[in-house]
Amino acid sequence: MLEQIIITIATAATPLLIASIGELVVERSGVLNLGVEGMMVMGAVTGFGVALLTGSPWLGVLAAIIVGALFSLLFGFLTLTLVTNQVATGLALTLLGLGLSGMIGESFVGLPGVKLAAIYIPGLTDLPFVGKLLFGQDPIFYLSILLTVGVAWFLFRTRAGLTLRAVGDNHGSAHALGINVIGIRYLAVMFGGACAGLAGGFLSLVYTPQWIENMTAGRGWIALALVVFASWRPLRVLAGAYLFGAVSIGQLHAQALGIGIPSQLLSSLPYLATILVLVLISRNKRLTMINTPASLGRPFVPDR
Amino acid sequence: MKTRFLTLAATAAALAFGTMAAQAAVKGCWVYVGPIGDFGYSYQHHQGLLQAKEKFGDELETSYLESVPEGADAERAIERLARSGCNIIFTTSFGFMDATNKVAGKFPDVKFEHATGYKREHPNVSTYNSRFYEGRYVQGIIAAKLSKAGVAGYIASFPIPEVVMGINAFVLGAQSVNPDFKVKVVWANTWFDAGKEADAAKALIDQGVDIITQHTDSTAPMQVATERGIKAFGQASDMIKFGPETQLTSIVDDWGPYYIERIQALIDGTWKQQDVWGGMKEGHVVMAPYTNMPDDVKKAAEEAEAKIKSGSFNPFTGPIKKQDGSEWLKDGEVAEDGVLLGMNFYIQGVDDQLPQ
Amino acid sequence: MRIELVRRPQHSALFSALSPFIALGLTLVAGAIMFSLLGKNPVDALYYYFIDPLTGIWDPGNRWQLHELAIKAAPLILIAVGLSVCFLSNNWNIGAEGQFIAGAVAGSFIPVLFPDFQTWATLPLMLIFGMAGGAAYAAIPAFLKVKFNTNEILTSLMLVYVAQLFNDWLVRGIWRNPEGMSFPGTIRFNEYAILPQIWPDAGRAHWGFVFALVAAVAVWFMLSKMLKGFEVKVLGQSPRAGRFAGFSSAKMVFFVFLLAGALAGLAGICEVAGPIEHLNEKISIGYGFTAIIVAFLGRLNPLGIVAAGLILALTYLGGESAQIALGVSDKAVRAFQGMLLFFVLACDTLIHYRIRIVGALATKAGEATQNA
Repeated sequence: MLEQIIITIATAATPLLIASIGELVVERSGVLNLGVEGMMVMGAVTGFGVALLTGSPWLGVLAAIIVGALFSLLFGFLTLTLVTNQVATGLALTLLGLGLSGMIGESFVGLPGVKLAAIYIPGLTDLPFVGKLLFGQDPIFYLSILLTVGVAWFLFRTRAGLTLRAVGDNHGSAHALGINVIGIRYLAVMFGGACAGLAGGFLSLVYTPQWIENMTAGRGWIALALVVFASWRPLRVLAGAYLFGAVSIGQLHAQALGIGIPSQLLSSLPYLATILVLVLISRNKRLTMINTPASLGRPFVPDR
Repeated sequence: MKTRFLTLAATAAALAFGTMAAQAAVKGCWVYVGPIGDFGYSYQHHQGLLQAKEKFGDELETSYLESVPEGADAERAIERLARSGCNIIFTTSFGFMDATNKVAGKFPDVKFEHATGYKREHPNVSTYNSRFYEGRYVQGIIAAKLSKAGVAGYIASFPIPEVVMGINAFVLGAQSVNPDFKVKVVWANTWFDAGKEADAAKALIDQGVDIITQHTDSTAPMQVATERGIKAFGQASDMIKFGPETQLTSIVDDWGPYYIERIQALIDGTWKQQDVWGGMKEGHVVMAPYTNMPDDVKKAAEEAEAKIKSGSFNPFTGPIKKQDGSEWLKDGEVAEDGVLLGMNFYIQGVDDQLPQ
Repeated sequence: MRIELVRRPQHSALFSALSPFIALGLTLVAGAIMFSLLGKNPVDALYYYFIDPLTGIWDPGNRWQLHELAIKAAPLILIAVGLSVCFLSNNWNIGAEGQFIAGAVAGSFIPVLFPDFQTWATLPLMLIFGMAGGAAYAAIPAFLKVKFNTNEILTSLMLVYVAQLFNDWLVRGIWRNPEGMSFPGTIRFNEYAILPQIWPDAGRAHWGFVFALVAAVAVWFMLSKMLKGFEVKVLGQSPRAGRFAGFSSAKMVFFVFLLAGALAGLAGICEVAGPIEHLNEKISIGYGFTAIIVAFLGRLNPLGIVAAGLILALTYLGGESAQIALGVSDKAVRAFQGMLLFFVLACDTLIHYRIRIVGALATKAGEATQNA
């Protein structure tokens, strides 16, 4: 039972984790893309549609990633090339995504989707207590963990990661050093879009294999909050996503046990917990300052 | 650019003077609270629109507005429909109650039909609703006959009378088979968030229930039940496609017959204000085929359905005790509709505290 | 082919005025393409979208639509005006939706708990309570930011969900109308607690719209003519410079959050005491988030925000009329809204930058912008 509960938490946390990791890279490069919800829902609808039409959930996953990246390109073009306001553009992207996905998905409503099957390794998956948890989940779960570790390694252990952080911390000096600020930001934005698309695909191919309008139901916003919550550190995003998932699932269990606490109070626990933990973390001012990308949200136009 | 504006002006003029070619006999309009793509509540009302359209063909012109918020926007949306020439307007959510009555006062020649509400402040306002609890009673019987654990999981949306009534009816049905039957309730605080509904189903299953029923809209709980190898009931529509080996039956919100009836009445000139609460008897509550159960269970379900349909039996017939053990209905006493429509208490046997 | 931006030495007054019209032109073209693809007559679609809701200007029979425009725009403008001050001072309050709810709840205190308190003072007190409630709720992220250095984007956003759930609990529980058939929602406010309509014969626009205009002008005056406004901008652009000038950024955080919270709270109580006439769980439909877009569309200028709020309200009304007249789906309407915003944002770039296209089309396009 405990194993099942942990798997349930993992499933709830995975889309948040993937989308947050993507947004973290975007924000580390100094760009704030509030359009996560829109990119996610676009990924969800295309992932579902492609899997349905081709019968292959993997093609669906691929399509979700590609569409997420392409959709973020729209944001990139506006904010990076035309230096529009990032906050407003991101919000507009969400509006557009929710509308477009509804149009695309009109004919998918009420159709059962194609589910990306969980992996099965004879012997290992059947182990008691940990078999299914470690060796029997869906492939995207493993991908999300790899992605987190990979991004942590990339940002803090590679030259390219250093460059990306430099761009996010001070685009002026990065430019002076001959770094192509705009180019790097484009790549980061597209990576973020691809991750959001994948997170959306996870919703419509693994979590709940079906298409419902607005099925992201605010998860994009939670993902955004998690990035800040984690003070832009990948491993803390992992912790945050799982904490949020655990509290969300925990409140459902508390209800099923018949504890007489108003469900509204239980439902608000994940949000209150997030605030509380953030307050505890951010009390150390210097530590937070180090991690915050200093150029976050600031437009950059190279002088010529 | 210049020509564009000219054509724009020309069209504007044309529209102003009205150039409708073929005039339909009646224009029917609908206001939905959710997107028609929710595959739940609003979707089913829209299916009703489509049925009416098929029935009347060119006789009926239709319009609808979806995702209309139940605040300040509702009155505008309804008034806009009334002004656009609708003859009859179906406002399909409780939250449209005040707005419907306000607009109805301004447009006495337009007929208004408000779903699930209780206010009829003008002679041109009717209200309609369905006795879905009748179906829930039958589901309770099936659950108690099939469940080995003796506990069912109930995924609920919000504590409104409609939902509370459904939980009680389900428990009554189950207790008619097994007096010790228990129901665990989880309030999802949402009508459709597939992920959250799936999580709720998983939590309930992990706590030992072996049958799931839901009063939320998405098919996610059905899919989770399939994965975990237990049985479940559908909601709002026939969800058999989502659980061919899981769905026992489903209460189908079939609004089509009512819409057709009322539009026909309008065409015939016999439309009158009414307050209709139709059930199985009137064909408003339809059960999806009984599947994935042994024949004796199927038979018991069909018998209960027939009894309710014939009008000889009401699930809310005493003796029934409230959750705290106090008496609600004496032996043989049948609950009044007014009490049911405002139901805010559990009956004995519900393993939950009703959010107050 | 590559696009390059060249910063203008001064921001272009010409494009400042022209850019909304260029954006509108582009939107019309793109919209025409989109509607044609959907199989709708583009001219009709655009007529219903942009012109039909405005026909009230010359057609008295349609005047109600102008009232509806005001109703829809009022909360957007009120909230966005407050947010503009936050954003200018570099405080990222994105939880206005929560402050809106807090205002609605606090303002409903009197008519719900003291329904017999019916005097001329009822409504003013409600409005004050509403503003106080919104401000108090906004003070939480401000306090956490100043005291614990907690990121306000996250705290203000999380508090939105908490406010929604709290309101939900309230109207289903202790504040529920005992005669409401157990449905969520408080009793209907008494007549002294209802915000009057400005011109009841023509439509139902209420005084909230007037408050929005007054707030916009007052905040505009503060930002452009008063020392406080200067302080806001200095601290927003360079906290260091602000400190040298003797401005306190902690005080500023409180000031802008309280101001924005109070205005959002006012919007909340106006919505409840105005068109809805009672408090229920459905009042939160995203005004606080849409207002963020309005604030930026209005270039963070309170007067620009009035225009932006009206335009955004127009897209809601026009969307409805297109849905009814042509059966354009609600989804297409949302997508079109997003597109419109993109064009407006992109065209504003022209105010500060010249656009040069380097490559195949370089000479032609370059000349075109140079001449402009």
